Amino acid sequence: MKTSFSIGNVEFKNRVLVASGTFGYGDEVKDLVDVNKLGGIVTKSLSWKPRDGNPPRRIVETPSGMLNSIGLANVGVHAFIREKLPYLRTLKTKIVVNIAASSVQEYCDVLTLLDTQEGVDAYEINVSCPNVKEGGLNFGTDCRMTREITAQLRPLTRKPLIIKLTPNVTHISEFARAVEDAGADAVSVINTLVGMAVDVRTRKPKLSTVTGGLSGPAIKPIALAKVYEVAQAVKIPVFGIGGIQSAEDAIEFLLVGATAVQVGTMNFVDATASARIVEEIREFAEKENLDDVGKLVGALDANIKHSVLQSWL
Amino acid sequence: MVQQLVRLESNQEIAQGMFLMRFDSRRIATSAQPGQFLNIRATQRWSPLLLRRPFSISRVVGSSIELLYNIVGKGTKALSAQIPGEEIDVLGPLGIPFRYDGLFETAVLVAGGLGIAPFPFLTDFLEKKKATIITFVGSRSLFKIDMLHLRNVQYATDDGSNGFRGNVVESLAEYLQEHTLTAPKIFGCGPTKMLSSLSRLAQAKELSCELSLEGDMACGIGICQGCPVERSNGTKKYALVCTDGPTFDCREIKLPSP
Ligand SMILES: Cc1cc2nc3c(=O)[nH]c(=O)nc-3n(C[C@H](O)[C@H](O)[C@H](O)COP(=O)(O)OP(=O)(O)OC[C@H]3O[C@@H](n4cnc5c(N)ncnc54)[C@H](O)[C@@H]3O)c2cc1C
Ligand SMILES: Cc1cc2nc3c(=O)[nH]c(=O)nc-3n(C[C@H](O)[C@H](O)[C@H](O)COP(=O)(O)O)c2cc1C
Ligand code: FES
Repeated sequence: MKTSFSIGNVEFKNRVLVASGTFGYGDEVKDLVDVNKLGGIVTKSLSWKPRDGNPPRRIVETPSGMLNSIGLANVGVHAFIREKLPYLRTLKTKIVVNIAASSVQEYCDVLTLLDTQEGVDAYEINVSCPNVKEGGLNFGTDCRMTREITAQLRPLTRKPLIIKLTPNVTHISEFARAVEDAGADAVSVINTLVGMAVDVRTRKPKLSTVTGGLSGPAIKPIALAKVYEVAQAVKIPVFGIGGIQSAEDAIEFLLVGATAVQVGTMNFVDATASARIVEEIREFAEKENLDDVGKLVGALDANIKHSVLQSWL
Repeated sequence: MVQQLVRLESNQEIAQGMFLMRFDSRRIATSAQPGQFLNIRATQRWSPLLLRRPFSISRVVGSSIELLYNIVGKGTKALSAQIPGEEIDVLGPLGIPFRYDGLFETAVLVAGGLGIAPFPFLTDFLEKKKATIITFVGSRSLFKIDMLHLRNVQYATDDGSNGFRGNVVESLAEYLQEHTLTAPKIFGCGPTKMLSSLSRLAQAKELSCELSLEGDMACGIGICQGCPVERSNGTKKYALVCTDGPTFDCREIKLPSP
């Protein structure tokens, strides 16, 4: 059974990775799970300088999901290289380093520094970050800026460049086309959705930042539709992300066109889930008499004539 | 740290809304230390409840683990509905235990409400170390906890129905006025407001004081960054309750004013 896939010259051993911000830097869970079973680890978003993150409260559970407003708290790229990368280098899985920044220059600086390091296999760019120059407007909701970041980063590395898109836009496929056009090797779909929760007794928002990012099983149907839309629009590979709890969930993403998936929030609930999903996808493919898990990718049997998506695709 | 399914031995309401849960886990029992916690999935059935919930290890008896909890919301409600023989998924032991530095002779345990949860385990440990123990317990009204393993309990109730009338920190302050304790150290656990006034009292009297904090958690193991508490000094603004705590020296952290 073939389980691997490639982006550029990087071969991932299977189609299940763990999503940024939900698996730390891989060392926190090494007592619980054999991380070498995973197709890859996407690190917490790194910025040039360490970031403290937002004041509490940062987390609220909602039905089948959670809101977070972590505020990109991270150790910074220098401490990452010093303290986290040596361990990640010893792993037999691919390391995708996720980058967050508050200016286009910062994205470039972080990537340029990382590109001199051994043990980084690919980059995922988190564009769901406030742009300091534009008064804090999110880069990722501005198609021109999203394209610009991609175009600036492209010449700085030969490693795979993956742009992680936000669903908080009208037509995510426009953004996917823009970054494909600017030279991205793949896209990750989706980051969290803007959400909110209120304490009725105090009349205050539950999160310190009023709104936060919704993730978990609650967002899976939305994520699936976004991945489907993007996969219809671009030729580059799509990482499907959003609410994956089981192999069945992951296979749904493959069928609608994801080349691979990332498991996020579920890692907090059960750190062993991702490794189990790897195994169960293989078993499913065996039962379906496939010789390659890749044959599930885009194998959806849908009559697209009846799809509203066609009106804007 | 282990993640395992454990079978419930018992799960009983021992006072109004307060439950004592017991299950067997040799692996957790042999590694746990007082002040540590477990992160628990309230139910194995399908449920819109997603995240684990943190609970202090209340006591270790042989290879059994005891937890003490109050029903405050959906997760603890679901937990209370679990019956003996059912399995729950536990992750732990987690966090930094209470520190035993050998520098104190009198341990002053101060609990606000369910803050007593970690103290039976701590009491066992301190008894082995031959420390003198006084336990201050505060609650809104009459609160019967005779069955819990605590020593030398001084009650405080808001309505005066049991012991001192007022809150537990006021009751401790009055006690300290009237008694001289030899080489005391305070261990506090309870709601943040109460810990905040306890921390002020301890610092005013220059007493060594360790607090066990609560906080909203997702992972419980330092990954999600969801459980920050402000540090009082140093270069990093926040500590994480789950991995830097839940126990902290009261001088290390800045709690919101009471
Ligand atoms: C390290 C640690 C140890 C703990 N030990 C114990 C213990 O031994 N026994 C025990 O009963 N509880 C303990 N708690 C608190 C316990 O985790 C919460 O009561 C529980 O998560 C509530 O879950 P729920 O689904 O029932 O409530 P939810 O539905 O999540 O919340 C219901 C209400 O309670 C409030 N709430 C939820 N969590 C907390 C909290 N941590 N502090 C204050 N208010 C909260 C919410 O804002 C809401 O108003 C501990 C917490 C931590 C961090
Ligand atoms: C607590 C938390 C922290 C996250 N941190 C990041 C991050 O640093 N960078 C990033 O690109 N995405 C981050 N994400 C988004 C996830 O990687 C993922 O895209 C999203 O949660 C949807 O997937 P899920 O439903 O499986 O969690 C975070 C999500 C959560 C819940
Ligand atoms: S609960 Fe996740 S970092 Fe503390």
